[in-house]
Amino acid sequence: MRQLQHVDIAVIGAGPAGLAAAAAARSAGAAVIIIERDDRAGGILNQCIHDGFGLQRFDCALTGGEYAHIDELACRDAGVELLTDTYVSSIERTESGFALHTMTTGLISVITAAAVILAMGCRERTAGAISLPGTRPAGIYTAGTAQRLTNMQNIMTGSRFLIIGSGDIGLIMARRVTLEGGSVAAVTEIQPYPGGLDRNIRQCLTDFSIPLYLETGIVEILGTDRVTGALIAPVGRDGLLDTTRSTHIPCDTILLSVGLIPENELTRSLDAVMDPVTGGPAVDEHLMTSVPGLFACGNVLQVHDVVDLVSQEAAHAGTCAAAYLRGERAEKRKTITLQAGEGIRYVLPQSMSAQGSTLLSCRVRKPMEDVTIQIRSGSELIYRQQLPYVQPSEMIQIPLDLSETAADTSVEVHCVRT
Amino acid sequence: MNYFGLFRAIVCVYDTSMKHVDVIIIGAGIIGCAAARELSRYQISVAVLEKEYDTGFGTSSRNSGVVHSGIHYRSGTLRAIHAVRGNHMMQQLCEQLQVPFKPTGKLTVAFDRSQCEELKVLKAQGEANGVPGLEIIDVERMQRLQPGISGIQALYSPSTAIISPYELTIACAESAHHNGVEFHFGHTVSAIDRAEDGFIVHDAEGLCPIHAAIVINAAGLYADSIAQMAGIQGITIYPCKGEYYVLDKRLGDQLDVLIYPVPGHHSSGLGIHLTQTVDGNILIGPSTAYSDSKEHTGTTSEILRALRAAGHTLLPTLSEGDFIRTFAGLRPKLNPPEVGGFGDFILEDHDRFILLAGIESPGLTAAPSLALEIVALVRSHLSLVEKQHWSGTLPARERFLELPLDRQQQLVEQDPDHGSIVCRCEGITKAEVLQAVDRIIGPVTYTGIKLRCRSMMGRCQGGFCIPRIAQLLEEERGITMDQQQLKGPGSPMYHRHLRPEESTS
Ligand SMILES: Cc1cc2nc3c(=O)[nH]c(=O)nc-3n(C[C@H](O)[C@H](O)[C@H](O)COP(=O)(O)OP(=O)(O)OC[C@H]3O[C@@H](n4cnc5c(N)ncnc54)[C@H](O)[C@@H]3O)c2cc1C
Ligand SMILES: Cc1cc2nc3c(=O)[nH]c(=O)nc-3n(C[C@H](O)[C@H](O)[C@H](O)COP(=O)(O)OP(=O)(O)OC[C@H]3O[C@@H](n4cnc5c(N)ncnc54)[C@H](O)[C@@H]3O)c2cc1C
Repeated sequence: MRQLQHVDIAVIGAGPAGLAAAAAARSAGAAVIIIERDDRAGGILNQCIHDGFGLQRFDCALTGGEYAHIDELACRDAGVELLTDTYVSSIERTESGFALHTMTTGLISVITAAAVILAMGCRERTAGAISLPGTRPAGIYTAGTAQRLTNMQNIMTGSRFLIIGSGDIGLIMARRVTLEGGSVAAVTEIQPYPGGLDRNIRQCLTDFSIPLYLETGIVEILGTDRVTGALIAPVGRDGLLDTTRSTHIPCDTILLSVGLIPENELTRSLDAVMDPVTGGPAVDEHLMTSVPGLFACGNVLQVHDVVDLVSQEAAHAGTCAAAYLRGERAEKRKTITLQAGEGIRYVLPQSMSAQGSTLLSCRVRKPMEDVTIQIRSGSELIYRQQLPYVQPSEMIQIPLDLSETAADTSVEVHCVRT
Repeated sequence: MNYFGLFRAIVCVYDTSMKHVDVIIIGAGIIGCAAARELSRYQISVAVLEKEYDTGFGTSSRNSGVVHSGIHYRSGTLRAIHAVRGNHMMQQLCEQLQVPFKPTGKLTVAFDRSQCEELKVLKAQGEANGVPGLEIIDVERMQRLQPGISGIQALYSPSTAIISPYELTIACAESAHHNGVEFHFGHTVSAIDRAEDGFIVHDAEGLCPIHAAIVINAAGLYADSIAQMAGIQGITIYPCKGEYYVLDKRLGDQLDVLIYPVPGHHSSGLGIHLTQTVDGNILIGPSTAYSDSKEHTGTTSEILRALRAAGHTLLPTLSEGDFIRTFAGLRPKLNPPEVGGFGDFILEDHDRFILLAGIESPGLTAAPSLALEIVALVRSHLSLVEKQHWSGTLPARERFLELPLDRQQQLVEQDPDHGSIVCRCEGITKAEVLQAVDRIIGPVTYTGIKLRCRSMMGRCQGGFCIPRIAQLLEEERGITMDQQQLKGPGSPMYHRHLRPEESTS
């Protein structure tokens, strides 16, 4: 039977972003439903059985599951409806908002909503995406998939591992498989600096004597039926792998931790303007996309490194979505674009209204010491902050208030040596 | 025959239970499977022996999937004859087997005057081969067929089409199997003895020799070794690798028609180009490089780099996230590297040993036609009487997410598993995955599931669905985690349970 249900706000995804957005929107008075394709709320946090979540928000180190549970309870207490095992297969705009087509075992239905908050998270980059050369035998997994198999399905994917890429998930999995009796031959990283957080390098590699080879890539994966090893080589002067210096690493499993891609197929289907650098939609200071009533937060908007910031961002999206429904749109002011300047890879939000304020997020292009973050509008310096060290793996957040400035077309963020 | 082979032959003579079939086909690629399906019409027993654990794990799942028109082949060659006839037969075959077929047409594009001359030559050759509808068209027509295309003139061949090569191979096998053909997987033919009334075919796994009146060699890259086993000398197959990238579906609708460069005179491939697939992805490739291994279908960093560069030139809107997978196929060439180019197909009857060799491109296109030729050769030795109840069609396979709402509704009511998504990228439901599992003739493998329902083929390459498939195979089909294989024994997906099973959950 086909059901039709109407809500004020539909949130897609019940990870930490979806949960925090829903709770905030509900407490601002909106009727909210969260739609989650997995059999429980929590998103990626359910497979994160290690601790370290909530250090900023709760001042204590929770596991991923514990962190998510707090938000799930908050949602239930506030009266948010949570639909699990339900997949949003497509979404379209209607006269009064949006129609979401959903699928559940035994049921397909349509949910209509005046506003939608996207919180679908991200997926992992694959072997094809990084052009991993060689054969394609059994035993090659992305680190997050291996994490799910290990922590949720009781399945050890291999015994001797090589981890390609030094993203946080790969680092955490290096420690995890070691604790389960596996061995990790090495973690390789093509860049001259690691992709994950410093604390993960220390706690997951150094403490377990797992070598990290920087500026090292994969020449070839070996093995026809199951992985038997890999040839790795350092990056030479010309930027290509120097195969004359290649080393053979015997292993039966390869884990890839080479980046995350925001999962925006639904967003694209609504023709929202996308930011090619973040991989997410472009948003304003209310975290609203170019489609009126469509908001985004969490990893679907920009890949985050710590969940505490996800929750903070998502709560803002929830509050703004509820305000949007009440018709509280700031009177139409000029729109200012925010741009990444020297040393900066991206800035979010991509636009805001003149005289408005926002919490701006940005990432630098490469690690640097003794820098100054400058925000400029033309020749006017609006904001400056000195930092001893910055790196791409750590997001920088800056409260930006334009009410006292004359900025009226664009604002650029720069990261320069002090 | 080596000592061991002799020993086995002797054992077999005394083994009165030795299996007998009328026809053995060696190799379950498109050639073997298309021939098996044609032979299944008749009242004879047919067995297909395949060293891998499924159909189409060889070259037949590693190619461009183009149903060529037949313009490129010298008139009178087997390649020309069977490409044109195979092309003509393909659409109907695909309809019967419920395999997607997309008539795209093709433009062979000239960029300068000398290439325009080449187009005339190709057109004349195509017409001599019997290719229908060929036209040389100007820039204006080219633009209408493919907005934004470059080049100054093109040869338009409307009969060129695209299909899914592995789906066709699997469907031919399934159809043959429904009509009584046996498939033996994990069965590597290692010796062939001529017996008085046929052959005794031995296997490397020590399973059991099989006696057959007729043997068909459809072993692709190994056609030379099999020929040698039957005492035929002088055939050598040189593997020649073609590497590819698969691009995200996001870009699929940018190409309407197939676009090829004018081929060079001595090249061993048709040049790196973009080919759309029936599922809406785009392939970049294939490269052309002779290889010294018939097993190594690995990709190489130099070629991948070249393909990436070519991709960016051919498709300016391509972004790094659009490359989702690489793969490679090996062309079974008869011409050695120093000669290059293409040899003709070999299809010969050596006193009931039917030899096919050098079935490189357009082998996929030619398969339905070669199958008819094979039947004709079999008929010269065996009397072929048609079965009364032969069915050459397969039931429709519906892609849930592509169906209209009311049909989706109906399916969900019939089977609630239709509402449950297992593969998010391709939108494949639990019901579809289980149907794929149940269609597999041999052992259930992840690759077998993938080729039958596209789960694990999308942009996340199984990151999402592999854990779900692991669970589904265990819970729904009793295939425990330790029995789950990527492509057959020796390719285990997982290592072990972390904790004994009972202590969890
Ligand atoms: C593997 C991994 C490990 C991490 N480890 C740490 C760590 O140790 N410490 C830390 O502080 N941070 C960590 N992070 C970062 C942080 O936890 C994440 O950034 C955060 O979980 C992102 O939250 P999210 O809600 O945006 O996405 P997710 O948690 O991914 O949630 C998205 C949800 O949306 C659902 N969904 C998607 N599409 C649909 C659809 N079409 N229909 C219905 N539902 C849908 C998904 O099933 C999922 O539940 C980690 C991130 C990852 C990916
Ligand atoms: C890069 C590339 C692109 C191509 N593009 C096209 C195209 O666009 N259009 C087109 O028409 N054609 C194309 N082709 C050609 C086409 O793919 C082949 O002609 C066709 O797949 C050959 O099928 P087959 O059955 O002969 O070989 P295969 O598919 O290789 O089948 C042979 C089978 O025999 C088995 N076998 C081998 N030895 C033994 C043994 N000892 N015992 C038991 N089993 C054995 C193998 O495991 C294999 O499964 C292309 C080929 C390549 C490589």
